[in-house]
Amino acid sequence: MSMPFYVSPEQLMKDRADFARKGIARGRSVAVVQYADGVLFASENPSQALHKVSEIYDRIAFAAVGRYNEFENLRIAGVRLADMRGYAYDRRDVTGRGLANAYAQTLGTIFSSGGEKPYEVELFVAEVGELPEDDQIYRLTYDGQVADEHRFAVMGGAAEVVTAYLQEHYTEGAALADALKTTVAALGQAENGDADREIEVDGLEVAVLDRTRSQPRKFVRLRAERLAALMT
Amino acid sequence: MGHAGLPPAYLTSGGSSFADFLAVQAPELLPGRRTLAPGQAGDLAPHGTTIVAVTFPGGVVVAGDRRATMGNIIAQRDINKVFPADEFSVVGIAGTAGLAVELVRLFQTELEHYEKIEGTTLSMDGKANRLAALIRSNLAMAMQGLAVVPLFAGFDLVHGQGRIFSYDVTGGRYEETSFHSVGSGSLFARGALKKLYRDDLSDTDAITAVVQALYDAADDDSATGGPDLARRIFPVVFVVTADGAHRVSDADVAEIADRVIAGRMDRPDGPAAALT
Repeated sequence: MSMPFYVSPEQLMKDRADFARKGIARGRSVAVVQYADGVLFASENPSQALHKVSEIYDRIAFAAVGRYNEFENLRIAGVRLADMRGYAYDRRDVTGRGLANAYAQTLGTIFSSGGEKPYEVELFVAEVGELPEDDQIYRLTYDGQVADEHRFAVMGGAAEVVTAYLQEHYTEGAALADALKTTVAALGQAENGDADREIEVDGLEVAVLDRTRSQPRKFVRLRAERLAALMT
Repeated sequence: MGHAGLPPAYLTSGGSSFADFLAVQAPELLPGRRTLAPGQAGDLAPHGTTIVAVTFPGGVVVAGDRRATMGNIIAQRDINKVFPADEFSVVGIAGTAGLAVELVRLFQTELEHYEKIEGTTLSMDGKANRLAALIRSNLAMAMQGLAVVPLFAGFDLVHGQGRIFSYDVTGGRYEETSFHSVGSGSLFARGALKKLYRDDLSDTDAITAVVQALYDAADDDSATGGPDLARRIFPVVFVVTADGAHRVSDADVAEIADRVIAGRMDRPDGPAAALT
């Protein structure tokens, strides 16, 4: 009779983390950038139907990289949680912090429970405030860790080179068009000294949480025509 | 929000209806799922009254008076009975005010939920049918005197026109042409609109027509509130066009209402229609 091999908890967690990280690095990056009137989300995404960036609630949006079915599941759960909260209490009682906490708990539990495989996803939850200093951006990793991000953040794909470009070129309080140009240029940065790419507007998925919008729902998807106008 | 993470049921696949989700997760939050003691409950709570809607080339106008009544008592004189349902539609409600407001909130969440889950909005007919289903689930309460009767109107982006839907308490859904009215003063309002409506109204004309119609309703129905000149309380008016729904500002409604009232000083029954 064979004995099961002993695997130390450190090794077990490391294996699970490596597994999740590999899955996340496979896709394209998603960048989130604060601009004068709100928060901008951009990603290279040739699909017009399978979104990486989505609306959760009035002032809250969600962006994800990794396995589509897993983050789509999390997105729908987030919409359900937000709508349930807003309906049972009030629209103002739905907060980005609360949602980020719920995601963190869920991801953390799945990561450390032995049975399930960890989710191969990384998420941003952003909430736009009345003023730029009230904007909040949370990064959630596959193991349920939460980090508070400021100015800009990048996840998935070639995150390091995109971050490096933004670090160099990001300006605080930029107008939407300027922030968009910088972000798209950053997403086109290539690794390993390859030539940088120029991403066509058709291949972009861009959305904003625009605090100047008069409706309570601040999330707006920027379609190709609007993007083309902003990029020129 | 709690720190327990997302409940497992939230992570399982399901439909895109918020009401269906509530029915499983928190049925006590659904208006139609409550058990009532037998007997009539209609006199327990305030009632909202008259809602009118008029289409015009390019959109639709929906307005409601501001009165809620409890028997002979005026329960509230500045109640709002017209609400945006989503970006391109509005819903006005007559009947038991508390339930109506709850039903409107559920309907608003239902439309928004679908939009977020599916990434696209429901068709105008789809929205009208969802509202019918919500009204139908309230039938037991309606039979005990707690009826809610909405008037739903919006701009149909596919057909490029304003559309109006009326309902009965069993969830019957009827599309109306040109104009319609619900609530206790609706007979008088509809009579007024018959004489005022024409198919080339501008948006301002359409607003004037609904203000006139509500004036006539208030003239003959004690449960409908007329313009309150001392407190400057005027009807709530929404205009829905291809650009979306917006509430007409109180100042603009007041201006139109003042013109209507000035006309009524000369002719209390309102403008005269041609005989032939």
